Amino acid sequence: MMKLMMAGAFATVAAAVFVTAAAAQDSANIGEQGLQTEPMELVIDDEKMMTRVKAPADSPFTELISGWEFRNPGTRKMELDDFDNPAFIWVEQGEELWSTVDGTEGKSCATCHEDASDSMKGVRAAFPKWDEAKGKPQAMEHQVNECRTERMGADAWKWESDQMLGMTAYVGLQSRGMPVQVEIDGPMQEWWQRGKDLYYQRVGQLDMSCANCHEDNYGKMIRADRLSQGQINGFPTYRLKWQKIGSLHRRFKGCMQNIRAVGYKRGSDEFTALELYVASRGQGLSVETPAVRQ
Amino acid sequence: MIPRMVWIASACIAAGVTAASAEVVAPDKVMMEDMTVGKSLSGQAGNPDEGRKVFASRKLGNCLACHANADLKNELFHGQVGPPLDGVADRWEEPQLRAILVDSKKVFGGQSIMPSFYRIINDQRTQEKFHNKTILTAEQIEDIIAYLKTLKE
Ligand code: HEC
Ligand code: HEC
Ligand code: HEC
Repeated sequence: MMKLMMAGAFATVAAAVFVTAAAAQDSANIGEQGLQTEPMELVIDDEKMMTRVKAPADSPFTELISGWEFRNPGTRKMELDDFDNPAFIWVEQGEELWSTVDGTEGKSCATCHEDASDSMKGVRAAFPKWDEAKGKPQAMEHQVNECRTERMGADAWKWESDQMLGMTAYVGLQSRGMPVQVEIDGPMQEWWQRGKDLYYQRVGQLDMSCANCHEDNYGKMIRADRLSQGQINGFPTYRLKWQKIGSLHRRFKGCMQNIRAVGYKRGSDEFTALELYVASRGQGLSVETPAVRQ
Repeated sequence: MIPRMVWIASACIAAGVTAASAEVVAPDKVMMEDMTVGKSLSGQAGNPDEGRKVFASRKLGNCLACHANADLKNELFHGQVGPPLDGVADRWEEPQLRAILVDSKKVFGGQSIMPSFYRIINDQRTQEKFHNKTILTAEQIEDIIAYLKTLKE
């Protein structure tokens, strides 16, 4: 593990330097929406990710575009090869935890779910999911903690802990390349609407909604950042700025913070509803977990 | 660029009147008519050099986040969300610029992404430390207006 961490740290520093250099030249190449630059395609392990898909008729977009398309060459390249992707430090940790016995029941995830590459295939693509017993949708983090506390007799992991990030990255990886496909009908409808309301609501002293930036202005520079559509197909995501992997709800919080609003709590009903709604805006994009962003 | 004499003159005015800042127009007392605000918010003329700083500062106006401005080309990263402000003084009169800065939505419509720099917003999950505060002070807005008036083509 130690050796791996070291290698990861070096890779990160090297990548950060590379990215800074690349950022300087990126303004030369502005495409109509995304950045037109090499590498043009996201192919990981010979599998091509769908980073652009035609939007359905009821979408506010004409084309759904992954956040990868808006990043500069250095950041794009880091996602192409798992050896260059610093998120894999956490993935390895998640893989280890998968078969580590924990809690009063003497069980590990593998005790019930066996081989993750089988049992967890497609799971990320469909979250958040309706939970009948709880009567509300669950993010993957909720589900993992449900299994830990209710089935293993183990303590819940903190939302932003390395264990939770590692596990959600590892489980998410099993769906990489599969199209995002969340359920929004039935009891989810009401939650979807709640998420949508949050998305279009202006907040903070700067008085902006998510849509002001990610719907009305994607493709444009906002100071040093190129705005994307704010798609969530890559979470948890390694962020160069954070120098670590982070949860989606951390990202939501950060965006709200920047406009001088108080974010909701990670795992709150509000963020789960928002997650559901934003996921639905990216139906059909490939799961990229764990993605790399600037 | 503004002639040096004018700059010195306005700096003197600024220094002289600061003590008696009673003339500041409170955010809820701003009179906007036909998308114009005629009266100086601070009761005095702004200082264009200060305005240039406020314009560029990430913590204050952060106007460069959204607007390119050739006069500040030595600053890295100009945004593209709003139109470039080169020559903005040829397009808008001072009372219009003041209205745009006070409450952009009243000029551009409710969909605008541009913040309202002189409006108090406490009830939108606003962080506590920004309660009862406008993004910019009356003086800073007047400084920015004085600066924008130097941007002619
Ligand atoms: C005692 C058996 C058991 C253990 C141990 C267990 N789970 Fe589960 N897990 C379940 C059951 C049963 C479900 C289905 C729950 C439901 O449908 O509400 C489930 C569902 C899930 C799902 C959602 C799958 C889907 O198709 O939507 C995920 C993700 C998950 N578990 C992760 C984990 C992780 C990670 C661990 C270890 C930290 C773990 N589980 C440990 C029994 C277990
Ligand atoms: C002031 C503009 C602004 C607002 C408002 C804003 N964001 Fe962002 N957001 C950004 C920037 C800048 C980034 C980093 C570049 C990018 O991916 O757009 C970002 C990134 C993101 C990402 C990561 C995208 C990826 O590919 O990893 C998500 C998700 C996101 N925002 C969601 C939201 C949500 C949800 C809201 C509303 C609660 C919101 N944002 C409000 C500016 C904004
Ligand atoms: C979050 C983005 C954003 C920020 C920050 C911002 N603006 Fe704007 N501004 C816009 C947009 C967008 C427009 C175009 C009108 C519209 O669509 O709302 C605009 C229009 C303007 C105009 C009219 C320009 C013209 O030529 O028609 C002026 C003047 C202006 N802004 C000044 C400023 C100043 C000064 C600041 C800083 C104190 C500032 N803006 C900060 C987004 C922004």
